[in-house]
Amino acid sequence: MSALAGTGTLTRLALRRDRILIPVWVAGLTLVMVASASSVDSLYPTLESRRQLAAGLANDSSVLAIYGPANALDTTGGMTMWKPGGLVFVLIGLMSLLIVVRHSRAEEESGRLELVGSGVVGRHAPLTAALLTAAIADVAVAALVALGMIGVGAPAAGSIAAGLSFAACGLVFAAIAAIAAQVTEGARAANGLAGTVLGLSYLLRAGGDSAGSGGASWLSWLSPIGWCQQVRSYAGERFWVLAFPVAFALLVVGAGYLLAARRDLGAGLVAAGSGPASAAARLRSPMALAWRLQRGALLGWAVGFAVVGVVVGSIGNGIKGLIGDNATVSDVLTRLGGRGGVIDAYLSTVLGMLGLVAAVYAVQAVLRLRSEETGLRAEPLLATRVGRIGWAVSHVAFAVLGSAGLLAVAGLLAGVTYGAEAGDLGGQLPRVLGAALVQVPAVWVLAGIAVAVFGLIPRLSVGGAWTVLGLSILIGEFGPLLRLNHWAVDVSPFAHVPRVLGATPEVQPLIWLLAIAALAGVLGLVGLRRRDIG
Amino acid sequence: MTTAIEVSKLVKSFGRTRALDGLDLTVRTGEVHGFLGPNGAGKSTTIRVLLGLLRAEGGTARLLGGDPWRDAAALHHRLAYVPGDVMLWPNLSGGEVIDLLGRLRGGIDPKRRTALLERFDLDPTKKGRSYSKGNRQKVALVAALASDVELLILDEPTSGLDPLMEAVFRDCISEERRDGRTVLLSSHILAEVEALCDRVSIVRNGRTVETGTLAELRHLTRTSVSAELAGPPTGLADVPGVHGLDIQGDRVRLEVDTTHLSDALVVLTRAGIRSLVSQPPTLEELFLRHYERDADDARPAGTPAERGSATGTQPPAAADSPTGTRSSAATR
Repeated sequence: MSALAGTGTLTRLALRRDRILIPVWVAGLTLVMVASASSVDSLYPTLESRRQLAAGLANDSSVLAIYGPANALDTTGGMTMWKPGGLVFVLIGLMSLLIVVRHSRAEEESGRLELVGSGVVGRHAPLTAALLTAAIADVAVAALVALGMIGVGAPAAGSIAAGLSFAACGLVFAAIAAIAAQVTEGARAANGLAGTVLGLSYLLRAGGDSAGSGGASWLSWLSPIGWCQQVRSYAGERFWVLAFPVAFALLVVGAGYLLAARRDLGAGLVAAGSGPASAAARLRSPMALAWRLQRGALLGWAVGFAVVGVVVGSIGNGIKGLIGDNATVSDVLTRLGGRGGVIDAYLSTVLGMLGLVAAVYAVQAVLRLRSEETGLRAEPLLATRVGRIGWAVSHVAFAVLGSAGLLAVAGLLAGVTYGAEAGDLGGQLPRVLGAALVQVPAVWVLAGIAVAVFGLIPRLSVGGAWTVLGLSILIGEFGPLLRLNHWAVDVSPFAHVPRVLGATPEVQPLIWLLAIAALAGVLGLVGLRRRDIG
Repeated sequence: MTTAIEVSKLVKSFGRTRALDGLDLTVRTGEVHGFLGPNGAGKSTTIRVLLGLLRAEGGTARLLGGDPWRDAAALHHRLAYVPGDVMLWPNLSGGEVIDLLGRLRGGIDPKRRTALLERFDLDPTKKGRSYSKGNRQKVALVAALASDVELLILDEPTSGLDPLMEAVFRDCISEERRDGRTVLLSSHILAEVEALCDRVSIVRNGRTVETGTLAELRHLTRTSVSAELAGPPTGLADVPGVHGLDIQGDRVRLEVDTTHLSDALVVLTRAGIRSLVSQPPTLEELFLRHYERDADDARPAGTPAERGSATGTQPPAAADSPTGTRSSAATR
């Protein structure tokens, strides 16, 4: 098989380059699962307390939308597979697609693949090596999750099914990334394309799972994430369902190879068009350049936030219809402050998660500075009258205003959708929009930290900024589940976002968050002024 | 003002590596100054210090009368820079990059822009990611040459250019000099340096080892002489500055420090010269000698060279001697 010559060497090279990245991902995903499983036991020690919880949750379409179908919630395994498992499916998909693009299209774009490809390397070896690397990471997660879950006392069959369903989900998105890497010329665009498919899969599943038995629950069966959750680990495992994601992944990989064979090295299937011979009059400042560089990504994110906003708003309305006469549900309901309370809690949760996603946007917008620097594109720019601060601010502006804009878009559309259907547009829109915008200061804290790392310890900017963000997500989403200390939870800026819906919002924490964000940002800019470039 | 760039005793380290170790560089206003040295000698680091991208740890640097670190943005109005590795934004066309960089400097001359695009045969509508290395280099060159600035800082600007474009580049730089612009040209292409540069500085291991006009530098090196004599020469080995003496009967080959050339010729003439070939060092020899790692230890001629740089490059008196070094003489 000369087309695959060199695959082994390339795979080892990829694993060597990712010797920190992959273990961090694998350990993080495994730990979230195993630690949550061990805390479920202590949180809900009695069967009765679990039954109550399960009954409450299983009927709440809003949480079904977020985490997926609720099966066997009265068991440790079932509870863990649902939450945080429902989000781990998304994360393993994200990990897999990032790995594949990183070792295929990104290598090609950088020109390094050309150097490698001139050696004894078959035509399909680079893509195969990228897929193998992702598969190795996926299988590692599968094995460790299965062993870990068995270790905390969950049934073996369910634990193996859980591991396999995670791996299957990862493989699907590795395969999708393999196609995306053929289509576009840029790694950024390939990540965006594959990420969009991941987002759509999640939304399809969310729509299907929240629809209830009478609604469009078939939507979940259109989503690769949906298939993997339909394996129903710990709730009468349906191993045969794994055939869907596996067959789909194989088909998609095959298509990826076909596409790869039809194009030249460096080229995408979508040919790069030509551009204008001279620049528009307004392209005369670092801000205008940053707009050219970041507008595509911002637009993509805005579309995503708009779609999510509409979905969030319409699910919010579905909640009313779904909640039945179930006595336990009514109990939970009363405790949460009535019907409105349930919806408010749902909206707060979802918009809080959107805050985390907006922080992902903000951090990557800030890190654009670092990639411009290491990509040697900052140097010629800073050799003009553009000052360092002006250059940095041009990109940080996207992190600051862009993230606020994204949350505004989502909040606005969620508010309009929810308010219009509830017949109370004037009353609901400001509340929902406010609940979205209240996340902004916390997002800015993470952006500020990214600026600080970039300015003060540039070598660590990428790893450092993502680690801080990852920890905030981990703490915010899983902190209560993991039973972290209060001070540990307080480290996350999102722990300080005041409740807006169904409460009088406190202003003080917001002021603190803004102050910390500003301080971190200024520190970063001062550091940037004093340090070497390059 | 008569000096565009004045650098003295510049020091810069990266971790344990000392990239600049007391480097000196003087570029006079209006001259084309060649900046030479082996890979890793510190040329690009010096340029980055001059652009205010790196902060020097010791020594002083003045650029166009200002401090390159403190007054960076103001000074950058008046200069244009072409990096050795030109990286373009993948989704901007070459024309857009040229306009953007020009506008962010002192402004761009549209007529020159059009003319340069034509001379360099560059298609400005292609996107950044689809240009070859040579074409990326051309984008940066056109942007720099069309900009309305007084100083050009070029870091190996012709790497990747074909010979035709290389010739166009030389024409352009000659025109720049005629227009009174100052150019700092880092290059490895000796023919380019010889054709363009008024003066050169050679750096090695972060220090300047030589600086002056090419004619001055040649005087600081050896001339190789081979002669056929009427009889065996006597006392040649005692002439100062003679190296590599090789006497085969009445044939003699030797190298002599150019400052001692006439002393050696006196001894040879005494023996009776039948034929004589005297060859000045080629540029290649000149540079190779400086580029070699242990050139100083192996060849004593390195000593006057270093003295030359330390005392502000006073060429030795022999530089004025009519023996010259430009031509080789053959007599029979």
